[in-house]
Amino acid sequence: MSMDDPRPYDLTVDGRAVRVTARPDTPVLSVLRDDLGLLGTRTGCLQGRCGSCTVHLDGKAVQTCSLPLWSVEGRRIDTVEGPSPTLARVREAFLEEQAAQCGYCVNGIMMTVSALLDEGVRDRSEMLETLDERHLCRCGAHPRMLRAIDRLLEGAA
Amino acid sequence: MTELPSNLKSNPRLDRWIDVAPDGTITIRSGKVELGQGIGAAMLLIAASELRVDPAALTLAPADTARAPAEGFTAGSLSVEHGGAAMRLAVAMARALFMQAAEAALGAPVELENGLFSVPGTNRSVGYGDLAAEVDLSVSALDQPIPVLFGEGDGAPGFRRPDLPAKLSGAAFIQDLRLPGMLFGRVLRPEAPWLRLDGFDEAAVAALPGVVRVVRDGAFAGVVAERDDDARAAIEKARRSARWSRIGTLPTCDEAQTWLDAPAEEAETLLEDAGEPAETVTRLSSSYARGFLVHAAMGPSCAVAHWTDGRLDLHTHSQGIHPLRKQLATALRIAEDAINAVHVPGAGCYGHNAADDVALDAALLARAVDRPVMVLWSREDEMSWSPHGAAMRVDLAAGLSAEGRITHWDCRIASTPHVARPGSGNGLDLLAARDLETPHPPSTQSNFKVPDRGADRNSVPIYALPQRRVRLNQRPQGPLRSSALRALGAHANVFAVESFMDELAAAAGADPLAFRLAHCEDPRAAAVLKAAASAGGWDPDEPGGEGIGRGLGVARYKNSGAYYAAMVRVEIEESVRVVSIHGAVDAGRVVHRDGLINQVEGGAVQAVSWTLMEEARWTDEGFAVRAWEDYPVLGFRDMPEIVTEVLRSDAPPLGAGECSAGPVAGAIGNAVAHALGVRARRMPITRERVMAAMDAAL
Ligand code: FES
Ligand code: FES
Repeated sequence: MSMDDPRPYDLTVDGRAVRVTARPDTPVLSVLRDDLGLLGTRTGCLQGRCGSCTVHLDGKAVQTCSLPLWSVEGRRIDTVEGPSPTLARVREAFLEEQAAQCGYCVNGIMMTVSALLDEGVRDRSEMLETLDERHLCRCGAHPRMLRAIDRLLEGAA
Repeated sequence: MTELPSNLKSNPRLDRWIDVAPDGTITIRSGKVELGQGIGAAMLLIAASELRVDPAALTLAPADTARAPAEGFTAGSLSVEHGGAAMRLAVAMARALFMQAAEAALGAPVELENGLFSVPGTNRSVGYGDLAAEVDLSVSALDQPIPVLFGEGDGAPGFRRPDLPAKLSGAAFIQDLRLPGMLFGRVLRPEAPWLRLDGFDEAAVAALPGVVRVVRDGAFAGVVAERDDDARAAIEKARRSARWSRIGTLPTCDEAQTWLDAPAEEAETLLEDAGEPAETVTRLSSSYARGFLVHAAMGPSCAVAHWTDGRLDLHTHSQGIHPLRKQLATALRIAEDAINAVHVPGAGCYGHNAADDVALDAALLARAVDRPVMVLWSREDEMSWSPHGAAMRVDLAAGLSAEGRITHWDCRIASTPHVARPGSGNGLDLLAARDLETPHPPSTQSNFKVPDRGADRNSVPIYALPQRRVRLNQRPQGPLRSSALRALGAHANVFAVESFMDELAAAAGADPLAFRLAHCEDPRAAAVLKAAASAGGWDPDEPGGEGIGRGLGVARYKNSGAYYAAMVRVEIEESVRVVSIHGAVDAGRVVHRDGLINQVEGGAVQAVSWTLMEEARWTDEGFAVRAWEDYPVLGFRDMPEIVTEVLRSDAPPLGAGECSAGPVAGAIGNAVAHALGVRARRMPITRERVMAAMDAAL
């Protein structure tokens, strides 16, 4: 058996303990989508730029398209399909503002926003800076998303 | 209304548009597809208002080639104007038939409210479901009387798009489809437009883990694997051993601009006014341009194909499932009715992207196995092989009278194709078709005639001008494949027209707003212009320079669609930053106000990105744009403040997804000129171009 052969990995996804048997370098995105059927985490550029594939890893927003399975062994992953109350608030604010066009980018963006809120970030420009570095939206839905974020920041202040 | 909408005429059976089940479930079908623009919501609202039911009670079935009305492409901002008008009349005819049935059943005239037909003053009523068995919807619209139309309502305030909750949580897009036994395929494409695959180590690729099949047909090659990551790894491996040969030469990046800049000898005259020009005291001419734009959808192009007994079932996010089916049938050498294509939404689509190309890829790969195959394009291929927005050059010349009126207007456009959709030319325009062992050549000619070849879109100014001449030099495909991208030629044409209007106003010593209004005889154009200027706080005496400026832009999309005007403010330090966009739109009667604003503003944001940042490039090595990193787009940090006023109108409803691109580009050009005192005439208006313009002015 080579080091690259599939082997079982234990992790916690959306609050559930799961065991996945896969090669160690399998991207976490592919584990979520193709092993666990969690398709709300989107496949985008697979180049680490667009942010569509963002989840929470031990509470921090991370992109999963280049994140190898071996590196998340024993850790906690929360996806856009998970039960986080902060995420639920973020989603409601986004729906309230109808902050999407196609909606493809939005799940990743909501994950980053909810992680930042959980970390206690209340500063708009800090939030913007992170979103700018980690997320793209090609439809130009940003102004609406910013309105949803303002709503959340007001609510959290 | 004397004439049926053309989409209803060509799809007259009412049951193609609407079905009512005995349990009261109402399903509507549109041939117009969801591209991220929210058209589904508009169709539901239109149907709900004519059926007098809650939109939540309606289901919108996915468009497919078997059942849904064939409505060509979802493009040109025509979905509400054409598709919506057909939907409205079709469901209104159905409602009229139900009303007759209700009156027969209840034996008295009825009223319709909240989906219930009731006899006034009594408690006798029936619903749609109760009458489903009585009403035959397989009848033709051509035989129905024109029913009363209830109309658009009030723009549906507070209405939320029903598709969003699912999209903002779980599986929702074509990329999320998982059919039983489904495999994943990927295709090996060259890294330069002039390369063609000769071969690669197929045995080594076939031996990789998870690989089910290696497929070769001429220069087309791909793999089918159990998992998408297996397919990706296999393609990487194939690429390492791939041998390519060079087919033809292409101009280098600089040469291509020269090639577009070359004098347009064989220009075709699109418009030439008769008569003699008035006395001209000042003559002006300027040249404007934009490079190729990358479509750059957020999601990878995707299709799922499944062959059973020589029949193909296809899931696609194509803008035109019927034209696609026709081209696929030719490419695959099967009968058209052996293909059933179903539309599933993909990521936002702004015109002709690789959705059609990947459908042929999937059909070719799936043919080698007996299970469904999903094919996804790589980001690299998405950025370089997806059709681009065309490169354009617009030369304008005009004269002014002593009174400061325009005396003549001359426009000459050079452009690569804007319309190369599958089915719009004389060849086969699905990328893989040209690579097959028995190839199908791509189109050399478009079936589209002026005025909708794209490059000419909005080349005729909205102003009342004498002595106009517009010529088009339609260039063949250039080094980067180009086709329809949101607004087509209107982005560069309106940028040129509106920039030039400011240059003429300056030459006439006039205020740009007053100069425009003096040349404008269309009251709706004047109204959006005034509304935008007043919302943005237009002041004729506002001093420019010092890196802060404001500008105006206006157009009526295609000269037949929605009116939009913008006042833009910019700040220029190192590079240009758009600070605010005050827009005003007149799109006729409004079906869904929030959806309209979303479309107009999304178009405006995308136009800021195109105008300031975007240009596709290539080098001697091949495509230069292979990743987002190679092609920066406008992000969260640089978002302008954006405000849109929707003007009240009783005119027929118009689509609005494309109306803002041109005016915003023009307004940016004008604001930059106001801020710096020099003008950048070539998009994107990057830091380098601004510096070059300033150096040239010294
Ligand atoms: S898909 Fe991971 S960053 Fe784009
Ligand atoms: S809403 Fe379409 S990419 Fe952001």
